[in-house]
Parts: sequence; structure tokens; C-alpha cells
Amino acid sequence: MIAEKLIVLLRDGRKLLGTLCSFDQFANVVLQGACERVIVGEQYCDVPLGLYVIRGENVVLIGELDREKDELPAHMTCVSEAEIRKAEKAEKEARDLKGTMRKRMEFLDFD
Amino acid sequence: MFFSYFKELVGKEVTVELKNDLAIRGTLHSVDQYLNIKLENTRVVDQDKYPHMQSINELLMLIKQSKTLDFPHLQLSVRNCFIRGSVVRYVLLPQDGVDIDILHDATRREARGG
Repeated sequence: MIAEKLIVLLRDGRKLLGTLCSFDQFANVVLQGACERVIVGEQYCDVPLGLYVIRGENVVLIGELDREKDELPAHMTCVSEAEIRKAEKAEKEARDLKGTMRKRMEFLDFD
Repeated sequence: MFFSYFKELVGKEVTVELKNDLAIRGTLHSVDQYLNIKLENTRVVDQDKYPHMQSINELLMLIKQSKTLDFPHLQLSVRNCFIRGSVVRYVLLPQDGVDIDILHDATRREARGG
């Protein structure tokens, strides 16, 4: 398993990719050359982070990545970090707006 | 006791639902004392298949849908994965993997402290 390329899903929903250096019984993990994969809609970006030590309690799932196979569906496009941050912000604003609209409509009592 | 029970399920197809509402189906490869689980041939289970999750309001569904979109990796290239025991909400077992009589006996034995 060591030196394997992994994807680590964290409790806050972040996805870290990297090469496994070490791990222990708590699922503490050391990733070499780690990057965070930010996905917004059909766009994604791998933000480089470096050497990461992840405390086990934050780990949800560890997946082995297939080195030969494409990791992502073909229709997904790789964009720069600046672009993905912009898309992230736009998505968050859209979500917030939906939340406030729902709150305002609450008096209608849909159920 | 549940550890040994899960050990007997190795090789069977199970669905693991996580506390973040992600459900993953796969062949049980191994399990350890913390009930950490290793699955093979994993795939993300379509949320619509689980009626008990549809009762949640529309907004939550939307969030969930965007969440499943967030995990295209899992459908494609992640064939094997390790799931930390602490994040598992429940494990859906195959019908033939459940022998209620044996489980009854085991829980009674456990309760008696033997």
C-alpha cells in the first residue's frame, strides 16, 4: 500500500490526493506531494499543498487510485486555481441566495 | 462479537452508508477491530434507491445531489477503498448473510458475560 497514489476524503468534504508515505492504526496518514482537488460543477482544480500529515479522526475514506485509468469523467475540465475559487464563490452565493429565499418563504408552510 | 460477525461476511456484497449520507456498495474485503472496512469493486449508490432518504426536504436533497456530483472519482477510478469505522452510519447486509438465530444466541451469550 505504501507509495500508492490515494484519494483521502475528509470529514469536511475535502478531497486530498497524494502518495502514501505512512499510516497507523488510527488512520493517521502522511501524504507526499499532496494536493486538494476542488470540484465545482464540471470544473476541477488540483491545488498543490506539499507534505501533509492528516489526523485520523478527520478521515472518512481512503481510496486507491488507478494509475492507468483516467481519474475523472472526460467532460470535466481542469481550470486554474483562480478560476476555481471564482466558481466556488459563485456557487456559494447561489446557495446562500437559495437559503435566504427559502427562509423568506417559510411562512407559506409548504408541507 | 460484531467483529467476528463481520469477519464471516467477508467476500459478500454490502452497502455502507456513511455519516455524510454517502452510500457505497462493494465487496467486503476485510474488517478490523474498530470496524474499519475495506471494500473492493466500489461504486456510489444512487440516493434515489433509498426511500428513507427521500423524506428529507427538498433543500437537503439539493445539497445531497451536489454532494454526489462531488464524488465522480468514486464511480470511476477508485476500485478499492478503506472506510474508517467511526464514519460509518450503518452497513446494509445481504439477506442471506443474516442468520437471526445465531445472532440471537451470540447477543445472549454476550449479555450473560460469557
